[in-house]
Amino acid sequence: MRFPFLFTGIFATFALAWYGQTILPQMQLGNLQPQVDEDSGDAYPIDNQGIVAQGRKVYVSNGCMYCHTQQVRADQSGSDIARGWGKRRTVARDYIYDNPVVLGVVRNGPDLTNEGLRQFDGKPVEAAWHFAHLYNPRDKVPGSIMPSYRYLFEKRKISGQRSVDALQLEGADAVGEGYEVVPTSQAKALVVYLMSLDRNHPLKEVKEEGAAK
Amino acid sequence: MSETLTQHQNEMSAAVSESEIEKVERVLIDQSVQVPVLFFYSSAILWLLAATVLGLVASIKLHQPDFLDYSPWLTYGRVWPAFTSSIAYGWACMAGMGTAVWLCARLTRVALRSPMVLVFGGVCWNIGVTIGVLAILAGNTQGIEFLEFPGFAQTLLFIGFSLIGVWVMVMFSKRRPGHAFISLSYIVAAFLWFAWLYSAANLTVTVFHIHGVLQAVVAAWYASGFFTLWLTSIGLGAVYYFIPKVSGKPIHSYHLASLGFWSYALFGGWTGMTRLVGAPLPAWLITASIVASIMMLIPVATVTLNFVLTLRGNTNLIYQSPTIRFVFFGAISYAVASLVGLLGSLRSVAEITQFTQFSVGQMHLVLYAFFSMVMFGSIYYIVPRLVGCEWLSSRLISLHFLGAVYGIGMVVFCLLIGGIFQGGGWNNPSADAVLVTDGMLPFIRLRTFGWVLLLASHFFFAVHFLFMLLRLGRPSGRPTLFASTHEEATH
Repeated sequence: MRFPFLFTGIFATFALAWYGQTILPQMQLGNLQPQVDEDSGDAYPIDNQGIVAQGRKVYVSNGCMYCHTQQVRADQSGSDIARGWGKRRTVARDYIYDNPVVLGVVRNGPDLTNEGLRQFDGKPVEAAWHFAHLYNPRDKVPGSIMPSYRYLFEKRKISGQRSVDALQLEGADAVGEGYEVVPTSQAKALVVYLMSLDRNHPLKEVKEEGAAK
Repeated sequence: MSETLTQHQNEMSAAVSESEIEKVERVLIDQSVQVPVLFFYSSAILWLLAATVLGLVASIKLHQPDFLDYSPWLTYGRVWPAFTSSIAYGWACMAGMGTAVWLCARLTRVALRSPMVLVFGGVCWNIGVTIGVLAILAGNTQGIEFLEFPGFAQTLLFIGFSLIGVWVMVMFSKRRPGHAFISLSYIVAAFLWFAWLYSAANLTVTVFHIHGVLQAVVAAWYASGFFTLWLTSIGLGAVYYFIPKVSGKPIHSYHLASLGFWSYALFGGWTGMTRLVGAPLPAWLITASIVASIMMLIPVATVTLNFVLTLRGNTNLIYQSPTIRFVFFGAISYAVASLVGLLGSLRSVAEITQFTQFSVGQMHLVLYAFFSMVMFGSIYYIVPRLVGCEWLSSRLISLHFLGAVYGIGMVVFCLLIGGIFQGGGWNNPSADAVLVTDGMLPFIRLRTFGWVLLLASHFFFAVHFLFMLLRLGRPSGRPTLFASTHEEATH
């Protein structure tokens, strides 16, 4: 084997794959803009800042995406829509502001694409449920394998009145008289982020597959 | 011709005597790379131990969520990426680069000048991995699979890699005229590809701030390239060296080897998007990867056939030579891993296996059952030639092999089958999340036993290596072979 040939071959084959697998998709999807409703002027998706963005950082820093995905597959490639994880498959436009993008790779727990719309026992899930679930997942969902995020909470002495967001703890989790457990700012931001997750907004490039199936 | 014969073979058949000059030359070449290669191997083995502990902890956490749950540093979402990063960058890359440097020196027949540059490169790499793993545990991650390390650590890794890579290229450019070995093509390609792969992926993510699904595309392309192009290249290069070397027979077919290399180069870089079947991406992109995965059957079949045919008539070596036993297990695992990977990429299968432990099982097949086993085999061959004594006990090698084979066998079996249960569960719309995890849990529990076996076997391996490092092995002469154990023990 002659060596100029070896080098050229090594570079050419790789350049081809690099171009086809990263540059071409960039050319196709790189300029996606939010979809603006002509009547109301509403744009989707929104570039969330502030506490939602902070919550997103907590989500990433604790590695939630190693067990939870945030993508709904089309009906022909899984039962995601039939499970009620979303009304439609998600598309590239849903994620244009996400950095890092937390599509996820493994579902050790349920998909969270539309976690903000989630119902539990027929009622919309509230912040208090999320706090209690993060503090002790098995208290809310017996048999769950989600770890406890107790370290996102703080046990403190009640000064004056009990805080409004203090957890209602019973049984083994109960804390002593005069003490309470409250979410830290990290836990609060995380819950705001989780409750903001809603990608059911209609987009022109994808039709709703809906509950008919 | 005599170049392809080994000391092993010499001592076993005593048929051919090497020219004294070549022997001295070979010793000088080995001496020139002694310090960097031993340093790479030592740090690789330390990382292997750390990664095994992290892998075991992560495995336990998945079925005992209360285990070690008091600290953010030890939450599953941090321990898991710390495990994958330390085994991939700490163990696999360090062991791979150690083997590559030694192979390159031997194949180009160039005594290495200024080996301390390589040591410095290795130090940079190790500091980078340490900072990166600690950053993940501290919660300071980039949040992209296999690119979790913060930018600073990534830069250190790149500096370290560049120093090592440049030295490999220097050796290559000064190679003595002679046969161009197929393993050398794989090694050179590995370093050129990784330089491009790593810098392109990091620049896109951290400098150009690509976000949205395109970031996932780059990440999937990088992760797949890391395994398919970088690690696999070094692994195959090593197999192509050791099987002919130890058996004393040239590679069965040079044309087959060439076809294998070029078809692999052509399709290997395209397989990444099979990790994203069903993801919010254009269908053509994923289809291209599925087609590439199918085309990869060509290199996989040719390479496997070539290995098996070369070893034909010498299968007793699998029982006798530790190197061949590990390397051959790795070569067969390469074929298995590729077939499982292909299966998992087909849309009808991915419907079930996508987003499950099945894909984690695939990663273990490539990273451990193939690559790590080949590296173990290489270390058993190379280290005696660097420290001047032989491995102490074939029983310890045997324990290492059995622990590794049964351990990884159990882990992979549990992940693949557990993944199918998990995927089947999620695809049943009436099964709630707890029912889905309950179906997978027996396998996840069994996987922990696999990890305990791996931990034990890595411990034996590390202790054995330490003895070699301290020059406490058996005096040089007869290499430590399995078949001679009983004879040896009775004397």
